[in-house]
Amino acid sequence: MKLDTSGLESAAPVWGAPSELVDGFSAAPSFEVPNTTDFDGFQKEAIQMVKPAKGTTTLAFIFKEGVMVAADSRASMGGYISSQSVKKIIEINPYMLGTMAGGAADCQFWHRNLGIKCRLHELANKRRISVTGASKLLANILYSYRGMGLSVGTMIAGWDETGPGLYYVDSEGGRLKGMRFSVGSGSPYAYGVLDNGYRYDMSVEEAAELARRAIYHATFRDGASGGVASVYYVGPNGWKKLSGDDVGELHYKYYPVMPSTVEQEMVEVAAA
Amino acid sequence: MECVFGLVGNDFAVVVADTSAVHSILVHKSNEDKIMILDSHKLIAASGEPGDRVQFTEYIQKNVALYQFRNGIPLTTAAAANFTRGELATALRKNPYSVNILLAGYDKETGPSLYYIDYIATLHKVDKGAFGYGSYFSLSMMDRHYHSGMTVEEAIDLVDKCIMEIRSRLVVAPPNFVIKIVDKDGAREYAWRESVKDAAVASA
Repeated sequence: MKLDTSGLESAAPVWGAPSELVDGFSAAPSFEVPNTTDFDGFQKEAIQMVKPAKGTTTLAFIFKEGVMVAADSRASMGGYISSQSVKKIIEINPYMLGTMAGGAADCQFWHRNLGIKCRLHELANKRRISVTGASKLLANILYSYRGMGLSVGTMIAGWDETGPGLYYVDSEGGRLKGMRFSVGSGSPYAYGVLDNGYRYDMSVEEAAELARRAIYHATFRDGASGGVASVYYVGPNGWKKLSGDDVGELHYKYYPVMPSTVEQEMVEVAAA
Repeated sequence: MECVFGLVGNDFAVVVADTSAVHSILVHKSNEDKIMILDSHKLIAASGEPGDRVQFTEYIQKNVALYQFRNGIPLTTAAAANFTRGELATALRKNPYSVNILLAGYDKETGPSLYYIDYIATLHKVDKGAFGYGSYFSLSMMDRHYHSGMTVEEAIDLVDKCIMEIRSRLVVAPPNFVIKIVDKDGAREYAWRESVKDAAVASA
């Protein structure tokens, strides 16, 4: 397999070139590459297979004071960034939040539908629905549409009579109860920062900073995540939005530009 | 990657399952309990697609409970196993469930039993069985060391041998396992074998 290096070709004729030079054209300089099948593609397939498909980063975790929920705000269609200001944290009701990963329409519609069902439950039973119940409602709906192409990777976070609750629900029908989750293509990067910095007894400020930092690091490494890192807190009195910072600005806040010593200065060549 | 195995001993049956909830390369959770207590004297250890596993086993559990309410007596293990297989078989050519099940139970009249039910509705009553990549290691371990009428200590020792073998030889070995046992006193959790503790599994 030969690489095409015609872009590196210089104007001057190539010394020792084959006799085709007679025509006035020079052959494109190139060199042999190892003779394997699909040299450029071998790692691409492995990475594509493994990288989570949903282009976003969302995370949520339970700690002593409640639940912290955070997400980026970028929407991408392949390599095109279609929006930098998508609301990926959906307010189901004043004490429950849902995160969006996967198809935007699917997530928005089904979260709105879940909000309706939760309100109906309140009216029928004269009490608020638990996070367990709400997540089970959503999981059952998604399970019944399994295989029909819905793409939803969501976390339901809320505060009910039993305290803070966090469930991960996806369009394959899976539902997991847990203390920390991250969903989306940037989730492996976010997990690293989140797992390392997590302590159950953090204050609200510390937890918010951890969530913000984890989202920032994921947006730094993952092309499909970016925009604004929103952080929400769910406590006994319901949810509250804590911050929404542009990740570009966060970058310079965490890694400010230091004036570095100049080794050598470029000097103007004196007119000779 | 989901390892489930079990065996029948002297007046008891034991089932073991890994506890990882995995999505591609990400481990979402490493303390997910995949062995459901079907009723007072039955355990159902399931592995397979995440949605199917929970939905199908809950469906079986609720129907078993319904039978008991309607008829005043609980189902035998054999009856529950045949019911489960029947449900899998009926769904098989419409919208199949991708779940493999080991159903362990204790009946007063017939003692302990273990049923192997796979996703295409195969049903076998067995002394020992296993599903998943772990089965490549646990089945031969059990074949070598199993004998009928093992005591609880001998059986748990064999279980630990299998877990150690899976941990050392399987490339994506799950770190944690849960062991549940069923005997004349009922179905209950016996122990966890954890090599990675999920950080801050607090009382909340």
